[in-house]
Amino acid sequence: MAGSRLDGLRAAATAIALLVAIPVAVVFSSWLAPATDIWRHFAAYVLGDLLRNTFWLALGVCLGTLLVGVSLAWLTTMCEFPGRRVFAWALMLPLALPTYVLAFVSRGLFDYTGPVQTALRSWSGAADLWFPRIQSTGGVITVLTLALYPYVYLITRNAFRTQGVRMMEVAQSLGHGHVSGFFRVALPMARPWIAGGLALVLMETLADFGAVAIFNYDTFTTAIYKAWYSLFSLPAAAQLASMLLLIVLALVLTEAVLRPRRRYHTARPGAPGRRIVLSRRLAAFAFFYCAAILALAFVLPMGQLLLWAYEVLPHDLDGRYLDFLGHTLTLALAAAALTAAAALILVYAVRHNSGGAMRAVTRIATLGYAVPGAVLAVGIFIPVAWLDNQLILMARGLFARDAGLLIQGTILIMLLAYVSRFLAVAHNPIEAAMHRVAPHIDEAARGLGLGRLATVWRVHLPMLRGGLFTAVILVFVEVMKEMPITLMLRPFGWDTLAVRIFEMTSEGEWRRAALPAVALVLAGLIPIALLLRRADKT
Amino acid sequence: MIRAVHILLLTVTSLLAAASAFGGEEIVVYSARGEQLIKPIFDAYTKETGVKITFATDKEGALLQRLKAEGANTPADMLITVDAGNLWQAEREGLLRPIASATLRANIPAHLRDRENQWFGLSVRARTIVYNTQRVRPGELNSYEDLGGPKWKGRLCLRTSKKVYNQSLVAMMIAEHGAAEAERIVRAWVGNLATDVFPDDTKLIEAVAAGQCDVGIVNSYYYGRLIEKNPALPARLFWANQKNKGVHVNISGAGVTRYARHPEAAVKLLEWLSTPKAQNLFADVNLEFPVNPRVPPHPSVAAWGDFKQNLIHVEMAGELQADAVKLMDRAGYK
Repeated sequence: MAGSRLDGLRAAATAIALLVAIPVAVVFSSWLAPATDIWRHFAAYVLGDLLRNTFWLALGVCLGTLLVGVSLAWLTTMCEFPGRRVFAWALMLPLALPTYVLAFVSRGLFDYTGPVQTALRSWSGAADLWFPRIQSTGGVITVLTLALYPYVYLITRNAFRTQGVRMMEVAQSLGHGHVSGFFRVALPMARPWIAGGLALVLMETLADFGAVAIFNYDTFTTAIYKAWYSLFSLPAAAQLASMLLLIVLALVLTEAVLRPRRRYHTARPGAPGRRIVLSRRLAAFAFFYCAAILALAFVLPMGQLLLWAYEVLPHDLDGRYLDFLGHTLTLALAAAALTAAAALILVYAVRHNSGGAMRAVTRIATLGYAVPGAVLAVGIFIPVAWLDNQLILMARGLFARDAGLLIQGTILIMLLAYVSRFLAVAHNPIEAAMHRVAPHIDEAARGLGLGRLATVWRVHLPMLRGGLFTAVILVFVEVMKEMPITLMLRPFGWDTLAVRIFEMTSEGEWRRAALPAVALVLAGLIPIALLLRRADKT
Repeated sequence: MIRAVHILLLTVTSLLAAASAFGGEEIVVYSARGEQLIKPIFDAYTKETGVKITFATDKEGALLQRLKAEGANTPADMLITVDAGNLWQAEREGLLRPIASATLRANIPAHLRDRENQWFGLSVRARTIVYNTQRVRPGELNSYEDLGGPKWKGRLCLRTSKKVYNQSLVAMMIAEHGAAEAERIVRAWVGNLATDVFPDDTKLIEAVAAGQCDVGIVNSYYYGRLIEKNPALPARLFWANQKNKGVHVNISGAGVTRYARHPEAAVKLLEWLSTPKAQNLFADVNLEFPVNPRVPPHPSVAAWGDFKQNLIHVEMAGELQADAVKLMDRAGYK
């Protein structure tokens, strides 16, 4: 009985992995169509710069989000200072701002023509004032760090929270101070969480096109879109994208191999204890640090968006916004639930099949996040259209008459597409959380007469709650912001807030795009932030 | 189990087959032109004729892939883009069909529609020079080529070469001067840049107005939007190349898909879009120029003055786009 259930688990996990790997396979199939001419041109004039830029960008953003994300997570979970409770949930708000929106607003504020430099010039009277160039490697790294640190922040918080303050107390009793306790005990124990968050940041950075385009910073994705849109070669674009995938795969595998084989579970996860009360000077520093990050990453850009949205409000706001909102929330909620469920099945399959095969399947299934969205959208669309065409042929054979497209433009296909794109986003926090569940807990539960499902339900799920919660939130927000898949697969007339943003920005009407962007943030994140705050209190 | 699946499929397909047999006349459009720029025009058409129009917007590249993957079963009757290059590419991939229409031929100048009658321009997008009125006299300006001259050293702003508008402009220069001369000009532009290239035209015009640079090359409707909001902006348009071939223009245009279900209805819509009334609706909503030479532009657009447009066929934008992109890469135009 237990054996067949395990087989069922393995079969379900394999089915999920195969399904979501189809688009990735389509991307790889591009190698069947050679594009030597374009490769030769790129090799001679384009790739050198791109690879250098991509390397520095990825390194800079990973280091930046590591520093910012982990330090904020530590401060808001382990330390006590004024404002901590508000910062704890507010610091995740930047998640709701699409990366390209933050990039555009930052440029708008700090460019030569922006209000900051204009004010400085008129105040000082100088025509040419030195100001750090925003359109630079440093500028784009800063913006992406501010946009992406919440991935590391949210996931790492789960690590620190479940370690419990007790662990630091134990470390102190062994002679560690706060600082060495942090570096020698807390940080190593949080490694799977931090790595999971950083992997998401890395994939997002490598697949980003919107923000780097606004900064005119040429990365690997620039070449991908240049091949497709400008040189009309989708095969060359997909070949480049598949190389990006291999790089990500290599990095993620390297981290997994290098990770020390140790245990990350704790005896009593989340055991209550007292937070470290910071001295006045440290508390002031913590407060201003959190406030500065929050201001730069959220308050300032959001203020600008609100101003713009207010300008266009009377003209653009109409009853259809209720529909946009409804569609957006429906998709995001359903996709978040489905993706988290799929990720949970994969994580359990690996837990119960320690062999390498299941692990490899999981790795491949979570690669969709590293492909630039528009390329993956085509990878999804091609098999869907193929299936539709087969069904139509069948209908023609059966009824001798034409049927319309069957599955394309259905919500179910959209949801499957989101799962395939965002599985990694749900998988990483859940996988990390599973590290806290010690294997001997299963034995203990069985000893108490609990069946397998009852063990999962009554023992594991409460321990995984933080990870699951994070997974659901991250996917929810990602789907709200997602554009290429939504654009390609939505039913006719079934527009979302992200679609509105696309229509405005595609014609360069950024101010008008502020209205749907603001709606996106308000509708999506405020309820979540409130939820998070409640979860934090308990 | 297999029986159940069969029965389910039978029910679903028969329902859909039945559903598709009902309903009045309807046209399905795939559009790379944003909803806010097409819906008002479609609404007017529906009001006038009772024909319902359903549409989906997306990027050109995605729409082309969509048409390709759907093949003979595509629901789309019409494809709308905001440049000639992608229409040219759609034709090359066999996604469009030729249309024999005397109305379209009469309303749309020959250089703005396909020689094989597979696609047609609906509005003209002019790309010309913008200058700072406090630092430049219009008499100092002449042509795109001239912006590579020594007097503009450190005074020129350009938008990124990744935008199709610049790719079309350079493609036209290749067609006119040959690749070697075009590359020399682009290199000279790059040498004259005042600052890094810009991600969009709006930012570029603002930079010209703020004095970060003195001249730039932009599409006229971006200027129109800014000047509408701030008439005191110290920036004006200069119609380039009036002493020789004329201003570089591109089109926003459309074609009827090869596998359209309602080809006659789609052709009728296309013809209607080329008539004076629709032309003003289509162009004015984005301050573009009507493609039909008998239709005057919006008054605030007409205020920028008359100009001679380059009569070179816009299909060159598609044909030479890849060459132009590679040329700009070689010349270091980012």
